[in-house]
Amino acid sequence: MSTIANEAPKRIHPHKFTLWVAMGSIIMMFAGLTSAYIVKKNQSSWLEFDLPVVFMYSTLVIILSSVTIHLATKAFKAREMGRYRMLITVTAILGLLFMGLQVFGFMDLEARNIALTGARSNSAASFLLVITGLHMLHVLGGVIALMVIFIKAYVSSVKNYSSLSIELVGTYWHFVDILWIYLFIFYNWIS
Amino acid sequence: MSNEAVLHAPAGAGLHHEAHGDHHHEHHHETFISKYVFSMDHKMIAKQFLITGMVWAVLGGLMSVLFRLQLGYPEASFPWLEDILGKWAEGGKITPDAYYALVTTHGTVLVFFVLTAGLSGTFANFLIPLQIGARDMASPFMNMLSYWFFFAASIVMLSSMFVEFGPFSGGWTAYPPLSALASASPGSGTGMDLWLIAMALFVVSSLLGGLNYIATILNMRTKGMSMTRLPLTIWALFFTAVLGVLSFPVLFSGFILLIFDRNFGTSFYLSDIFINGVGALPNEGGSAILYQHLFWFLGHPEVYIILLPAMGMASEILSVNSRKPIFGYMAMIGSLFAIAILAFLVWAHHMFVTGLNPFLGSVFVLLTLLIAVPSAIKVFNWLTTLWRGNIRFTPGMMFSIGFVSLFISGGLTGIWLGNSALDIHLHDTYFVIAHFHIVMGVASMFGMFAGIYHWFPKMYGRYMNNTLSYLHFWITLAGAYMIFWPMHYQGLAGMPRRYYDYSVWESFKQFAELNRFISTVAMIVFAAQLLFLFNFFYSIFKGRKVTTQNPYGSNTLEWTAPINPGHGNWVGEIPEVHRWAYDYGKDGQEFISQTTPVGADESSH
Repeated sequence: MSTIANEAPKRIHPHKFTLWVAMGSIIMMFAGLTSAYIVKKNQSSWLEFDLPVVFMYSTLVIILSSVTIHLATKAFKAREMGRYRMLITVTAILGLLFMGLQVFGFMDLEARNIALTGARSNSAASFLLVITGLHMLHVLGGVIALMVIFIKAYVSSVKNYSSLSIELVGTYWHFVDILWIYLFIFYNWIS
Repeated sequence: MSNEAVLHAPAGAGLHHEAHGDHHHEHHHETFISKYVFSMDHKMIAKQFLITGMVWAVLGGLMSVLFRLQLGYPEASFPWLEDILGKWAEGGKITPDAYYALVTTHGTVLVFFVLTAGLSGTFANFLIPLQIGARDMASPFMNMLSYWFFFAASIVMLSSMFVEFGPFSGGWTAYPPLSALASASPGSGTGMDLWLIAMALFVVSSLLGGLNYIATILNMRTKGMSMTRLPLTIWALFFTAVLGVLSFPVLFSGFILLIFDRNFGTSFYLSDIFINGVGALPNEGGSAILYQHLFWFLGHPEVYIILLPAMGMASEILSVNSRKPIFGYMAMIGSLFAIAILAFLVWAHHMFVTGLNPFLGSVFVLLTLLIAVPSAIKVFNWLTTLWRGNIRFTPGMMFSIGFVSLFISGGLTGIWLGNSALDIHLHDTYFVIAHFHIVMGVASMFGMFAGIYHWFPKMYGRYMNNTLSYLHFWITLAGAYMIFWPMHYQGLAGMPRRYYDYSVWESFKQFAELNRFISTVAMIVFAAQLLFLFNFFYSIFKGRKVTTQNPYGSNTLEWTAPINPGHGNWVGEIPEVHRWAYDYGKDGQEFISQTTPVGADESSH
């Protein structure tokens, strides 16, 4: 057995692996919901309506935030800590902006007299609320994770060279981004 | 290597005490709180799951005794019932509302809290690190959270029994509209709210646990422990975790829609409903069947989440105590894999009579009956492992053999129920109850008992009393058959499940004596479980001490750890693995531990 084999082909960190499995789990939840959406759509009394235009902008925002978190990871690895802090702040703000825009989308629907909840609601609109809302909660989780590593970057007096945390958050962030793109395509074209 | 990374790396987790735990493993300063309450040691978490599960098993079992009392003695009244149940048993007779609440809670508690959390929570936590050679789980902190979410779920579920209108009473499957409308039945109000909260917490607990089990098995095996050298327990627990991680989120999405229907007036599941005293509801266009699809997409894999750990433990225990290698190791893994895949493709067999398209139904019949193939492979492999073995009838072994027996008898009736044509007659009859109680309920309980009896010496460093164990085994086995075997006849006669009183029903009056017989046996079997409980708790403190490291002459790694392993499991280096877990009776040697290097003169490897 050579030394190289002893040192092992660099295995994936267990936390990263756990994150991947967790993402699989989240995918199952949204797969469950979107398939329920399809089943429901093929039944009677399904309301057809146009998606809020603002969802286009929120899509752009979340794609942009993926770019910024990618740059943040690169900055961390290059030990440019000022740039890193700036970029994760921007990412978190873009995440919050995304959520705000989604809320605008819901308000837009209500303004067009398409009830999302309550007795007048049609499950077409309610589904949009539930699925998009759940996705927003996942984005919120990402924002909170960003805040945690942001505070760590400031508070910790010990220099931390492990890029594990930012890589974990980055992977998750790209995941919720792709998840939204899937949902956006799903609402517009698949269903 | 990655073991060390997780237990000792300062990165990420931010767990203070680990930094110094690094240097003094044997004497780190544990307080009562960090050792017994908020413990991150997988072995302690396993015991927490086990004992919480046992509390639930007693409560759930007691509920079944109470409603069996109603079914067996519908005319009698028991004044002591009023003493313990109060207004739910006025005049000593359980009210219909209480009866449905008992049935519902019995189902929920046994399926989720006992046989999911209590079974895989216990043994996945206990056995995975010990059998793969890891110091702890991939994330001990998440593991602790998993238990505490389960604990919170338990508290909420328990509290639902003490609210004014009682716990949820619409069946453990919580179908809408009973579960979706607070005014639909007494239990549908606060009781259902608490049920939903408890179940949501429970799903979080299972997901946290499952993620950890998968990550641990795939990433933290010791040197030399390739996947094909793993004991079958680990393979079974691995597939269990995969099933849970992929199916619980779907149940969760079903619950979210249910919460919206309950609280925000949406119409996912509701349409054209009139409630007596409330009037017509505005909800239009919903479909209750949609909930059933989402529920059973979890619900069927859930059956295997319950059963697979029992299969894995039975495989291991049968092999160890037959002093023979497990027959068809790769076939065992393959069949577990096949079962895990098929588990996701058969959910609609719970829904044959919902107006499902018969052509679609026939596809589900085919897929359902296909499960018989891997199941039969497993049964033959267990029997051939026993065949001409040098069998030691330890209590763990007895329960494993009992498991095989129950799996066969319960599995055969699955072939009946899997046919959509037969299901028209058998659906929602006592035949179904008999089937799933034997194959999933009692069989998995047997797997759990087998695991407890077999690994008790590793858990507590003491032995349980054998005489009590054998008594417990024989009464439970005979009792289980006497309870559930007659139910097949009742079911074939068309007797529907979930009814409060059959004595007023001309067609089923004839079963009065049989019902009384079943109820009486149920009480005896419940009482026999007290033997087990006494044995368990007494032996923790007063049992005969284990003096040898490897009392069963077993090959797996947990028996290379100290008799009472501390946090970190092995003192010094983690052992290296050189062979699979089943070298029993090879080349005239009774057993060869996995840590023994392969000798030059070994016959085959």
